[in-house]
Amino acid sequence: MTECYDEMWGRSEVLRAPYRGFHDWFAQEDPKRLRAKQREAEEIFRLTGITFNVYGRAEAEERLIPFDIVPRIISGAEWARLSRGIEQRVRAINAFLHDIYHGQEIVKAGRVPQEMIARNDAFLPHMIGVRPPGGVYTHIVGIDLVCTGEGEFYVLEDNARTPSGVSYMLENRETMLQMFPELFSRNRVQPVQNYPANLRRSLAACVPPAAGGDPVVAVLTPGIFNSAYFEHAFLADQMGVELVEGHDLRVVDGRVAMRTTRGYTPIDVLYRRVDDEFLDPLNFNPESALGVPGIMDVYRAGGITIANAPGTGIADDKAVYSYMPEIVEFYTGERPLLPNVPTWRCSEPEALAHVLDNLADLVVKEVHGSGGYGMLVGPAATNKDLAAFRRKLKARPGNYIAQPTLSLSTVPIFSRTGLTPRHVDLRPFVLVSPEGIRITPGGLTRVALKKGSLVVNSSQGGGTKDTWVLED
Amino acid sequence: MLGKTANGIFWMYRGLERAENTARLIETGQRIALTRLKDADDEWRPVLQSAAVLAPYLEAHGTVTREAAVDWLLRARENPSSVLACIEQARQNARMVRTALTGDVWEAVNATWMHAREVLARKVRERDLPNVLRALRQRTALVRGMTHGTMMRNEIYDFARLGTFVERADNTARILDVKYYVLLPSTVAVGSSIDNVQWESILRSLSAKGGFRMQYGSNLAPREITHFLILDKRMPRSLAFCTAKLRDNLTYLNRGERSPSVSLRLVSQIEQRYLSHGIDDIFAFGLHEMITELLTAFNDLARQIEVDYRFYE
Repeated sequence: MTECYDEMWGRSEVLRAPYRGFHDWFAQEDPKRLRAKQREAEEIFRLTGITFNVYGRAEAEERLIPFDIVPRIISGAEWARLSRGIEQRVRAINAFLHDIYHGQEIVKAGRVPQEMIARNDAFLPHMIGVRPPGGVYTHIVGIDLVCTGEGEFYVLEDNARTPSGVSYMLENRETMLQMFPELFSRNRVQPVQNYPANLRRSLAACVPPAAGGDPVVAVLTPGIFNSAYFEHAFLADQMGVELVEGHDLRVVDGRVAMRTTRGYTPIDVLYRRVDDEFLDPLNFNPESALGVPGIMDVYRAGGITIANAPGTGIADDKAVYSYMPEIVEFYTGERPLLPNVPTWRCSEPEALAHVLDNLADLVVKEVHGSGGYGMLVGPAATNKDLAAFRRKLKARPGNYIAQPTLSLSTVPIFSRTGLTPRHVDLRPFVLVSPEGIRITPGGLTRVALKKGSLVVNSSQGGGTKDTWVLED
Repeated sequence: MLGKTANGIFWMYRGLERAENTARLIETGQRIALTRLKDADDEWRPVLQSAAVLAPYLEAHGTVTREAAVDWLLRARENPSSVLACIEQARQNARMVRTALTGDVWEAVNATWMHAREVLARKVRERDLPNVLRALRQRTALVRGMTHGTMMRNEIYDFARLGTFVERADNTARILDVKYYVLLPSTVAVGSSIDNVQWESILRSLSAKGGFRMQYGSNLAPREITHFLILDKRMPRSLAFCTAKLRDNLTYLNRGERSPSVSLRLVSQIEQRYLSHGIDDIFAFGLHEMITELLTAFNDLARQIEVDYRFYE
């Protein structure tokens, strides 16, 4: 891993400009004080309850996401370039969604195969011909980026359903501000704190036709046992709106209304953190207790805005991902500013053959998987793992895509031995409203805490860092 | 405000109040047991009774011993009313209604839970008991203080107060229910040392010893104690005080409505029927009968609040 690109030291151990201010400060700090600060950070997180629940355990357990005190730093110029690429991609995603649920021009033009859409589980027939209020499909998007060298960023994944992690972006900054105020007077870091206010404004800008007066916004959570419950409560709290669950809601007079101590009050915009499948037991999974019976009918009649719109999963499906360069070009008429990671679709026989031959060098992902579950990291796998995965691939090739193992950049973490490089990715958060696209400078940096590991998911032992975008 | 949130707030504060009351009962039990010469274990039966957990305790243990009783009250997994269970429940509710709480209140509850989970992870040794109980009471008091100092005076606050005082009234009534006989106009010789110990135990379990002394001097007498705990509106754990607070908060909640809520009418009934008489009338009516009826009345009131404010549907 020595030839890896490090965002602090480049490839040749020359301190990169954005890290200068941090480095000067760090060099003068007593490691003992920093270690105490690291523990203090954990204490702050525990006390404020910034935890996530781990699935698949007998007793629901709340865990901290490890936080590293070394910030990940991006120059203003670099960020400006990244934001243009992100904005282009997000525009394309919304145009794609509109097209897919209306004329399907992109299919007619032969740029995306028909079966990619029609046979895709993430395609929601209920959305055909429906125009979401304000014309926005993805009010909130998280674009996962990885860096492989100076200025070389790739899009690893688009999150167009209910991207999570923004609360960590905000709390990480809050924690750093509390612990190291002096760092922020030496470095001009672009603020992220407006995110909740911007989110509320974005959501309120997409009111449905039935709304009247001041828009009523609410956050829909599956409940306190959901792994991201903290974030749901955090966002509702920061926006100053109600946090509701399915059993607080019902359809009253053609509106979705919440049960208050004084009766039912209609909701205009519902920021839902519940998957499509569970949103409406009448229209989707009848077993779901998390949703609202009939909400889809209200939605289609213009009685409520659902954010993100149902059916957006078709845009972040991993099989569709491989067509993103075509999608961006088709709708924007421009070359994509941010490249995709080269991707083999195992549904195609030649691609499958290539993947099977080179399995030990590839990363294989389930088309519909998330959270780092069900994926194979070839170089880290044992022969037994490889053999097992080969069988899975042959049995259901269409269920997988494969990508080369990228040499992800590293950023130092503060460890017992001082600064130690670890692999990172980046999830910037994007808000879309009829008024435009707004990208919070920075985002969530996830870091693999194990040496050499490429898996940054919190459910698999990854940590997070504060992400700085400097004012140039 | 969501009905669910009102429910969560109400039960969060009931849980905290119950945890604190149970901790106080344990302190009293321990204190009385230590100052008695023989059969110290006997004192734990009424304590379990006052905490309304005697039957399930006996089912699990058969006989009453100090060690088992303290553990049951503090942390036994099988006891859903243990101090630890109440704090866990309060914190769970706090998480559910996180958006209705200030950061300060949430952090105080969360810290209380983190602390309780740590100190009650294993059996508490007798010599550590006083410190453990004191710390727990201080933690719950911190939550109350943060609530008082940082929460808006709105519906949310009203439900917090309703939960607190429904639980507190129930607790005071239960203590009276268990020990009423020592307060009856003396069938035994007044001033016997046994009665003194019993009276003191009642006052202690309501943190009322100092207050009583301030109002009535150092002479313990059953008539005055009964008056103090039921009718004295200055005493923050008396039934009259709790009921007055319930009335206040239900009145705030009823603002803007054309007619009083059903729960507000139930409070008026409690006041008229039980709390508008002199202490001698209460004895004439029958202390025990009245306490029994009051326990039911507070219970009905709590249920009616749930209905009036759509906690569940």
